Amino acid sequence: MRLEPVADPGLLRMLGLPLLALGATVVVASVLAMLAGANPFATLGLIVKGAAGSKFAALETLNRATPLIFTGLAVAVAFRAKLWNIGAEAQLYAGALMTVVIGTQMGLPGVLAVPAMALAAIVAGAVVLLVPVLLKVRMGVDEVVTTLLFNFIMLLFISLLLEGPLKDPMGMGWPKTESLPREIRLPRLVEGLRLHWGFGLALIAAVAVWVIQTRTTLGYEIRAVGLNPNAARFAGIPVNRVLVKTALLSGGLAALAGFSEVAGLKGNLTLDLSPGFGYTGIIVAMLALLHPLGVVVSAIFVAGVFVGADSMSRAAEVPTYIADISLATALLFMVVAILLTRFRLVRG
Amino acid sequence: MEIIDILISGSFWAAVLRIASPLIFATMGELICERAGVLNLGIEGIMVIGAFAGWMAVYSGMGLWPGVMVAMAAGMLFGLLHATLTVPLGLSQHVVGLGVTLLATSAAYYAYRLALPQVSSPPRIEPFQPVDIPVLSDLPFLGEALFSQTPLTYLALITAGVVALVLYRTPLGLALRAAGENPAAVEAQGLSVTAIRMGAVIVGSGLMAVGGAFLTMSAFSSFFFEMVNGRGWICIALVVFGAWRPGKAVLGAILFAAFDALQIRMQQTPLGALVPYQVFLMVPYVLSILALVLMSRRAEVPAALMVPYNRGER
Repeated sequence: MRLEPVADPGLLRMLGLPLLALGATVVVASVLAMLAGANPFATLGLIVKGAAGSKFAALETLNRATPLIFTGLAVAVAFRAKLWNIGAEAQLYAGALMTVVIGTQMGLPGVLAVPAMALAAIVAGAVVLLVPVLLKVRMGVDEVVTTLLFNFIMLLFISLLLEGPLKDPMGMGWPKTESLPREIRLPRLVEGLRLHWGFGLALIAAVAVWVIQTRTTLGYEIRAVGLNPNAARFAGIPVNRVLVKTALLSGGLAALAGFSEVAGLKGNLTLDLSPGFGYTGIIVAMLALLHPLGVVVSAIFVAGVFVGADSMSRAAEVPTYIADISLATALLFMVVAILLTRFRLVRG
Repeated sequence: MEIIDILISGSFWAAVLRIASPLIFATMGELICERAGVLNLGIEGIMVIGAFAGWMAVYSGMGLWPGVMVAMAAGMLFGLLHATLTVPLGLSQHVVGLGVTLLATSAAYYAYRLALPQVSSPPRIEPFQPVDIPVLSDLPFLGEALFSQTPLTYLALITAGVVALVLYRTPLGLALRAAGENPAAVEAQGLSVTAIRMGAVIVGSGLMAVGGAFLTMSAFSSFFFEMVNGRGWICIALVVFGAWRPGKAVLGAILFAAFDALQIRMQQTPLGALVPYQVFLMVPYVLSILALVLMSRRAEVPAALMVPYNRGER
């Protein structure tokens, strides 16, 4: 078996294969439901209904999509430069931490507090990613493992703070921080609807990243570095500087997920603030083919799968992990489908 | 000094070997993959599936050794998936590896929830027991430190020896190393780079799964979520630390396990009362990063690591 480039992939191939990948994922999910002894159609129906069947469900999906847009953008930006940032989880918590510290300790008025929290979050997330990236460009340390290991270190650090200096004295012993005062939380996007401004900010961030990638020199340099760092260097692009800038952007975006979850939704910081939003961001970014506007669509899709599966598992005897398996399967099917739009398998 | 007391106790060194065992299995697995030219980031998930599959097999009535085989087979299955996507299809080893980790982890959790829908405390199996070796086990200090381990620990050390032997003393090992250094030369010899790399990833993944199974079948007796807890990522760091050589990687794993065993014991000392326990728990991860930093300049990375091979392409 050998891969042979397809000269002119045609619309059918370009659209049909990704759709086939999604279809195959649905088949896998159906088989999983059957393994659990449930009717696959009923199960999938419950997932769709739980994700988008009512105004409440749809808003819940958009709320869940908000941090995923940020982490998805963080991953998309970094992967475009072939900077393997697998540490969005750590950067998210760094952002959440700064949000809580500024929000509960400084006593700033609302108009100042919100931008201060967001800015501090961005800086913290950027710094957390800057360390592995400096190790990469200065010492040649592979960033995959360092960013992964930072996730564990950051969670332990947060746990330390939650049981120590940041522990809520009124928390009845639970490891959580004090809550942000009401007046400095992110307001509702539309009065009366349970959807906060974090979602609006996420959409703005997606457009901003899209503008950076398509309309600025930095965007051009990021793509050049990702395609071929040696050629980029030969063309006079300062590869290391571009990687550092990419890291600042990516870390900052991931940190905004933490900011938005704390300031928009939860109000305080606990160890279960993120059920792996940082890791899921990788799926979101890959399903969007690293396109910043596509990230919004894929984040809503992925959030829908999770919210729908949560709601389904309350009604049917199918574990919620069906969502995680389906999304991992979708990721793998999708990378194969994208490959097959450009290449065909031939014998020999 | 408490540290001295800890270091001269036989039980400390027994713990070091115990902590090192799963790391040795999985590090050897990753090392085989990488020497053949494939980075396997599926390791974390493959360890989870190994931990689950081995435990589940025993829980549903199989013997312990058949359970180890089941774990290995489960790991090889995910290895086959990883190999198919990264070797003949040449897809990004980063993306596929992370995808395999997510898939294997969630598959294990899903299957666990299906098999045991409502359990308040995780059910237990009868795990591997320490083997009693006549004479040796009764030696003072050494008996406790080296010769009171479960069979899987000895198997881990034997595996490392076999891996070193095969890599450096057999034609197969030469071909495998060449596939990771200069695949075109392998193809010129009439061998298939695709077959060698796929075989390496499948066998390596099997070893990773046995490393995971050590956790449920030897170290603990239950399966619980998050139990692998980054050990796979640590093993990737250990491969770098060991400069892609089995012997050095085993030493690295033992050194690492010694620090880990030490931090657990330090928590019980007066110093441990002063320092939050989370600081001690960070030690393994911080050490792994330090190891990467220290070795990064001198490491001899396989030249064709992460470079897909396409026949006929120059």
